[in-house]
Amino acid sequence: MLAYIGRRMVFALATILVVSAVVFMIFAILPFDPAALTCGQRCNEQIIEANRIRLGLDKPLYEQYFLFISGIFLGRTYGAGSAAFSCPAPSFGYSFNENACVTDMITEALPITINLAVGALTLWLTVGIGLGIVAAKFKNRWPDTGSSVFVLLGTSLPTFVTGLALLIWVTIKWKIVPLSLTGYTSLIDNPFKYFQYFILPWITLAIAYAALYTRFTRAALLETLGEDYIRTARAKGVGEQKVFFKHTLRAVLAPLITMASLDFAGLIGGAIITETIFNLPGLGRLTLRSVYEFDLSVVLATTILAATVVIVMNLIVDMLYAVLDPRVRLT
Amino acid sequence: MTELLSIEDLHVSFPTEDGIVKAVDGVSLTVNSGETVAIVGESGSGKTVTSLSVMGLHKKGSVIIEGSIKINDGGTIKDVVNLSPNEVRDIRGRAVAMIFQDPMSSLHPYYKIGNQLAEAFEVHNPGNKKAAKARAIEMLDLVGISEPDQRAEEFPHQFSGGMRQRVMIAMALMNSPRLLIADEPTTALDVTVQAQILSLLDKLKKEFDMGVLLITHDLGVVAQVADRVSVMYAGQIVEEAPVDDLFYTPKAPYTVGLLKSVPRISAKNERLKAIPGQPPSLIHLPQGCDFSARCEYRNLSPVDCAVIPVSLHTDSAGHSSRCHIPIEVRNSVFAKDLQELK
Repeated sequence: MLAYIGRRMVFALATILVVSAVVFMIFAILPFDPAALTCGQRCNEQIIEANRIRLGLDKPLYEQYFLFISGIFLGRTYGAGSAAFSCPAPSFGYSFNENACVTDMITEALPITINLAVGALTLWLTVGIGLGIVAAKFKNRWPDTGSSVFVLLGTSLPTFVTGLALLIWVTIKWKIVPLSLTGYTSLIDNPFKYFQYFILPWITLAIAYAALYTRFTRAALLETLGEDYIRTARAKGVGEQKVFFKHTLRAVLAPLITMASLDFAGLIGGAIITETIFNLPGLGRLTLRSVYEFDLSVVLATTILAATVVIVMNLIVDMLYAVLDPRVRLT
Repeated sequence: MTELLSIEDLHVSFPTEDGIVKAVDGVSLTVNSGETVAIVGESGSGKTVTSLSVMGLHKKGSVIIEGSIKINDGGTIKDVVNLSPNEVRDIRGRAVAMIFQDPMSSLHPYYKIGNQLAEAFEVHNPGNKKAAKARAIEMLDLVGISEPDQRAEEFPHQFSGGMRQRVMIAMALMNSPRLLIADEPTTALDVTVQAQILSLLDKLKKEFDMGVLLITHDLGVVAQVADRVSVMYAGQIVEEAPVDDLFYTPKAPYTVGLLKSVPRISAKNERLKAIPGQPPSLIHLPQGCDFSARCEYRNLSPVDCAVIPVSLHTDSAGHSSRCHIPIEVRNSVFAKDLQELK
């Protein structure tokens, strides 16, 4: 088991390294001069050249990549003398657009995205699995029909429609949830404000996912109900409720958790549309802004971060699976 | 010898979009303690539907059951057809238990063997976890699983097919039921394991003084373990007799066809004999004898088999058969045909 985890960690690190190298190379190939992008309209050759040297962009590509990687572990100082500025480890570069270390920008945005994702995940798992159970339990009766209407709406309405609709009606017209002007408040500081801040984005994200999870849970439950081992449980004299909630639900759990973990990993990369609609300064919006402004060091960092989260979540899922399914052995 | 199961004039049908499928059409049979009764027939003949009806395991609302299925529950006779779902559930696994065809998929992959066994006990003896666990290990030992206390902690995938079927048998016997239904218990197993499972079933039958209803399509298995045999075709019993009578003096053309189609090692380079044609659609059954269209003896009949319905006739020796052809004609013709096989 430990050997397995160790091997997977090494493998994960190698994957992250490859991903970062590929992203780094893509940006090097792009027809932009990163040094020219560091200053605004009133720019001249001298400033550009100075910034080029400061950022190490005058060095060959492999050395730039090495500096980038070593910066993650050792921190990095740009320039020399009195004009020098440094980003402590772990440094993912420096953004001239924002005049800030990329790491600081990410640590500011990450909590928002994590809170958004965790809340949405909780909401959609509760609603999705709950509705899926109800639909399977009352197959072909009105609760099932009702849930399939929800599934149809949820899967066909894009988040920018549900998000904007919620914003227009719930916040602006009905004034149920006030428009948050104070920005992000942590759960511990002020739970009420925290929920006010996040509730609509959560619902927006959750509707889309909950619909998928409802459909998946219903289908998986119904399929499992037809399994031979469910018939065996009935033949033992186990009651219908226990057959459903113990034997059947247990078998559906493992694939559900896998799906949830991977969807969650995808969200940590940033829920761009939702964050934009509700003006949440999370990773998604940071990435979007950086793409618009050619803030390459930020795009590089968020891309690597998103890849890392997916790789790590995959590792976690594989280990979880070994716990949930006795047939899976980690060797 | 007590009567444990008595099925009388059982009709089971499934309404479908194309019409009503008559899966079981007037079946009657009994199983006594200490006795193995086999139901033989090809796929779709209604043998499994019959056994699932006894267990009350059909999906609710999807099936119409008429007739009676009387089970002896410790002296009280209960008719499964008229019981509430909860009353049937109470009988299942306690008075009557069942083992299934495919042991590979019949055990829950995520629960330990010991717990799956213990559950069978706990369902009918709630709140007694310790006794359930002890009983599980005792039963594993009884069905010939070595180191039962360790193996109880293992999962189904760590068992071979034969071992899993042993586990299924142990599970069925957790509450010492008097009646055991074995639905093709050896079909998914290889031949050497088949023999072991059959002799285990036979041994346990005696130990628990059970009656066994054995569902199979394998005449070899029937010859080995059955005391009485019912041959089913298109939802009806076409012949019923003690096992020796059935094999030596079959009285229904379908049974003769089945016996002739058993591959023989002595046969030299000849084609396998099969019954020509297909079983009739259970939605559009023929007006007369269900087997008439495939019957090679139909021209011996004094009446038109395809039109005139035929009923089950029992002779003085307790041998029942369903055929229009006069019994003397059948006896001589069938004896001659079967002689050729030897």
